Amino acid sequence: MSQPTRIISKGINWLLPVMYLLLVFIGLTAIFSVEYRPDVNILQAITGLKTNYSRQLLFLVICLVLGILILLTDSKFFTATANLSYALGILLLLATFVVGKEVNGSHSWIPLGFMNLQPAETCKIFVSLALAKYLSRMETDFRRWQSHAIAIALALTPAIFSILQNETGLALVYFAFFIPLYREGLPAAYLVVGVSAAVLVVASILIEPNTLFYILTGLVVVTLWLLRRRIRRNKSLLLIIAGVYLLSVGIQKFAVPFLFENIMQPYQVERIMSMFGKDYVPKDPAKLEALMKEKAKQGKINKDGKKEENYNVKQSKIAIGSGGLAGKGFLKGAVTQGEFVPEQHTDFIFTALGESFGFWGSSLVALLYFSLLMIIINMAERQRSTFSRVYGYCVAAILFFHVVVNICMTIGLAPVIGIPLPLISHGGSSLMTFTILIFIFVRLDADRQVVLR
Amino acid sequence: MNDFHSIRSRIIQIIFAATFLVIILQLFNLQILNEDYKLMADNQAIYRKVVYPSRGLIIDRKKHVILDNTTLFDLVLIPAQLKQGCDTAALCNILNISEEEFKKRVINSIVKNGRYQPSVFEGLLDEKTHAQIAEKLALFQPAFDLVERPVRKYPYDAAAHVFGYLAEVDPKFLERYGSEGYRQGDYAGMTGLERTYEKVLMGQRGIQYWNKDNKNRPTQPYEGGKYDTAAVAGSTLYSSLDIELQELGEKLMQGKIGSVVAIDPRTGGILAMVSAPSYSPTLLTGNQRRKHFSELYTDPRLPLYNRAITGEYSPGSTFKTLQAIVGMQEGVITQRSGYPCRGGYYECGTGKPKCHGAGHAPDLEHAIATSCNSYFADVYRKILDQPRYGGVDSGIAVWDQYMYKFGLGHKLGVDLPSERGGNIPTSKYYRKIFGNNWHSCNTVSNSIGQGEVNSTVLQLTNAIAMIANKGWYYTPHMIDSIEGGDQFGLLEAYQKKIEPVHIPDSMFEAVHAGMEAVMKPGGTGWRLAVPGINICGKTGTVENYYKGKKQKDHSFFAAFAPRENPQIAIACIVENGGFGATIAAPVVSLMLEKYLHDTISDKRKEWIQRYSSMKITPARIADEIRKRDSIKLAKDEERARRQLLNSIKEETGIDSEQETATPDTPPAKPKQPANTNGKTVGLLAPTDEHRKRKSFSQQA
Repeated sequence: MSQPTRIISKGINWLLPVMYLLLVFIGLTAIFSVEYRPDVNILQAITGLKTNYSRQLLFLVICLVLGILILLTDSKFFTATANLSYALGILLLLATFVVGKEVNGSHSWIPLGFMNLQPAETCKIFVSLALAKYLSRMETDFRRWQSHAIAIALALTPAIFSILQNETGLALVYFAFFIPLYREGLPAAYLVVGVSAAVLVVASILIEPNTLFYILTGLVVVTLWLLRRRIRRNKSLLLIIAGVYLLSVGIQKFAVPFLFENIMQPYQVERIMSMFGKDYVPKDPAKLEALMKEKAKQGKINKDGKKEENYNVKQSKIAIGSGGLAGKGFLKGAVTQGEFVPEQHTDFIFTALGESFGFWGSSLVALLYFSLLMIIINMAERQRSTFSRVYGYCVAAILFFHVVVNICMTIGLAPVIGIPLPLISHGGSSLMTFTILIFIFVRLDADRQVVLR
Repeated sequence: MNDFHSIRSRIIQIIFAATFLVIILQLFNLQILNEDYKLMADNQAIYRKVVYPSRGLIIDRKKHVILDNTTLFDLVLIPAQLKQGCDTAALCNILNISEEEFKKRVINSIVKNGRYQPSVFEGLLDEKTHAQIAEKLALFQPAFDLVERPVRKYPYDAAAHVFGYLAEVDPKFLERYGSEGYRQGDYAGMTGLERTYEKVLMGQRGIQYWNKDNKNRPTQPYEGGKYDTAAVAGSTLYSSLDIELQELGEKLMQGKIGSVVAIDPRTGGILAMVSAPSYSPTLLTGNQRRKHFSELYTDPRLPLYNRAITGEYSPGSTFKTLQAIVGMQEGVITQRSGYPCRGGYYECGTGKPKCHGAGHAPDLEHAIATSCNSYFADVYRKILDQPRYGGVDSGIAVWDQYMYKFGLGHKLGVDLPSERGGNIPTSKYYRKIFGNNWHSCNTVSNSIGQGEVNSTVLQLTNAIAMIANKGWYYTPHMIDSIEGGDQFGLLEAYQKKIEPVHIPDSMFEAVHAGMEAVMKPGGTGWRLAVPGINICGKTGTVENYYKGKKQKDHSFFAAFAPRENPQIAIACIVENGGFGATIAAPVVSLMLEKYLHDTISDKRKEWIQRYSSMKITPARIADEIRKRDSIKLAKDEERARRQLLNSIKEETGIDSEQETATPDTPPAKPKQPANTNGKTVGLLAPTDEHRKRKSFSQQA
């Protein structure tokens, strides 16, 4: 009779679940502080499930049950079903196009009655499992470029669907999978090329085309001068430089404008532009009209996309900045109590902590996340099986991306791309995803001496 | 291989650490280095609620509270809460409005103050409505609520002009006084004492700090009210006014146009200031205020206009007393000088000014008592034509100087706004009119207080007070002292004794004797003597013209009493009232008795009734009233006609503009002529009135 309990506790690193609970409780307190009003009976609010914190508490209970179930599951179940679950994830993403529902302008939700499911969110689990599975296969040789291509394709397919569903923020999360891939030996050149390409695209959006053209030309001239000796020895280098130069100019002068003007919808372009704080005014009058119509249609939710975003960031910075060194105290934040920060219980929950607990509190939360990441990486490094290690890195990467982008957007270091703060933000879908991600890793870690494939 | 991987693991960890370091540095920057966000948070999340103190009271010389406060209620609506239920039908019933009107008001509130801010739905409810709403308030809550609003209360229905009224500040006011903490929607004193002593009466506003939310609604006291300041009620003003005397004056002046001012010569404190027609001060409080105001504003009798300080009149014969003093001081006459009074003054060849009585004025006393015009014409000319001044220009300059020093020709500086200064003509003015032909003869009507001489009743009363005091006066004022001291120096000017020229008492005694003789048998005012009081008075009768036609004279009377120990100086004018003794003198006489004896003797009580029921409407004003009524009538007819046309249109479906040009129109036309030169008659027309007065007071 005592056997099941022994199975659960055996080899489990309790530090991770404790950290998990700690963060979820910080989240509950923060959500409570956002919604707290002196004249509302708290007990009634909790039992009535009318408030966000009471619902989050319910989600926590469900998630804990789920976590225990995962801990009771055999590790081999995850390796065995990894590919299947990935297929299921893709299927769900596709299904979204058919039965999906639009929430806040993104067409990425499947209504389940009691809650809305966002496949692009849950798919992170499946991609982690699938990547771990693929890289841990005996026949995968991760020094070959074909393997690189397959792994990248596995990671980025959901991202493409996600972008098509107008959920750019979640799509960007999938780029976090480059971290485990890098750890497993993906050549740094990929990252260099990738980052350069990203910089080039962003630069083409931000900088006036001709100016950028001169900058690029200047860079090439400097490079040629620096490498003049090697070029003399190796003429083909000149050819490569010329090629890269032409490609870059092609992208910035033709590809990006072409993409914006002819392929993407005006409102999509507008969203991307506004992410970088730029106004988008289409040259084509028909497109301008279409954009205005689209804006008017979304009028209820987002009256003036760009302005609203600026307002969010401004209020968010005011809330955090006014916290000072030690904060205003729990439930005493005037900006929070005055409901000045939109979406404060979800994407901007960090502001509530920043205002109430000040620099000490918000840094402490940041450090807690950092420790959580370090713990996960250390645990990943001690795995005997590649599957568990890759999976661990995937979890760390996803957490890292979420935490950094979310906090940075509240303190004005990153554009506002609506992704939640893991374990702290209100939201069942998000909490469940991270619970599953973390508890699977805890479960895998319990079997760290076994080689799983 | 392993090394290679551990390096990559290390690199990843370093990247993580660096990223978190950046985050913490930015947090440090936002939360500790940068102070702006704290300010911005306070600005948007803290609401300064201004707490209005009750306005200061005014107490009269006999310790009656004459200006008080009371509380009315506003029905206030927060539109967003209408969703939570409200018995609209019952409310409409109580307020006596239709459902459409209700909806219109709700929309107005939303437009004005938004959904979440309270707006006044029905202001300053009367007692009955308030009681009905209070009884059923639960039916209308939470959307509607009753909010207290302090309002002025007038325990005596008098002195409206003196108190002035409160009104909501307009943008112009805010531009000028915004720095003193006024905000849109505040009430401030606009006229009268409310205006002059606004700083003192308004008190000190308290400030409560509240946390507010993103819709600007206050939620809870900021830091438990640690930084709040309490409101300090406005200070009480102690006035020299005698409210009973004021009431009597207003009663006596009913139905007439004119004014009365009474001053305590010993202090300069004003005892009564009546401007007729008057109005009930209560009219300009309460929710009918706007309607009443526009009625008063458009009344041709200009009831909002304080004639005691803004009406400029020729002072008439009352002015002769001053001539006598100047004549004696300049040495051109003595109190024993005489002059023949043969029905007119013939030295200028015209026989003008004419005399009311005939005979001989053997000395100054008789000249004053019989108001001998030729006597004072002679005095005036002698002053101007003194050889030692070498010409009429410098002669009149000397004369002007006396007049200025007696408080004429410039504003006295009473503590009421919009005082006017009257007029004392200068040689420059006469040069312009007569050129080189100007000499003492063509301005001789100045000698008897007509011609170009203009003064307000307040100035005239002040001059009488100066005569009573034998050469000095205090600037007339309403307020003697302020509770808690005169912090703003508002009263400094009234504590300075003004003694413009040193004139020997004997000269004043001579004038006093003349004025006393006025009230004795043989004097112009002898019928109006009050038994037991030694009154010194002087009648005045001012000729005036309207549209070239001579009108009934303006009736003037000025007096002080008792002679040996003057306690009150008083002057009265009744426009087109006739001889000074006909109406102005009885008013003064009754008021003197009331003030000095505190009651009116039974014998004279019926006078109150007689004089207060006397109605005198100047032709000029009767014209204006007729004009207004005919415009109103024409408008009513026009409205009725249009309604008829509309109903016809609805029935027949004819909708052509020609219809309106059919012979239907003429009925309204005959009334039009009155309309053609119809200027807007309003409070701001004093210049108009001034000009008209000038034209009808031109001396023959």
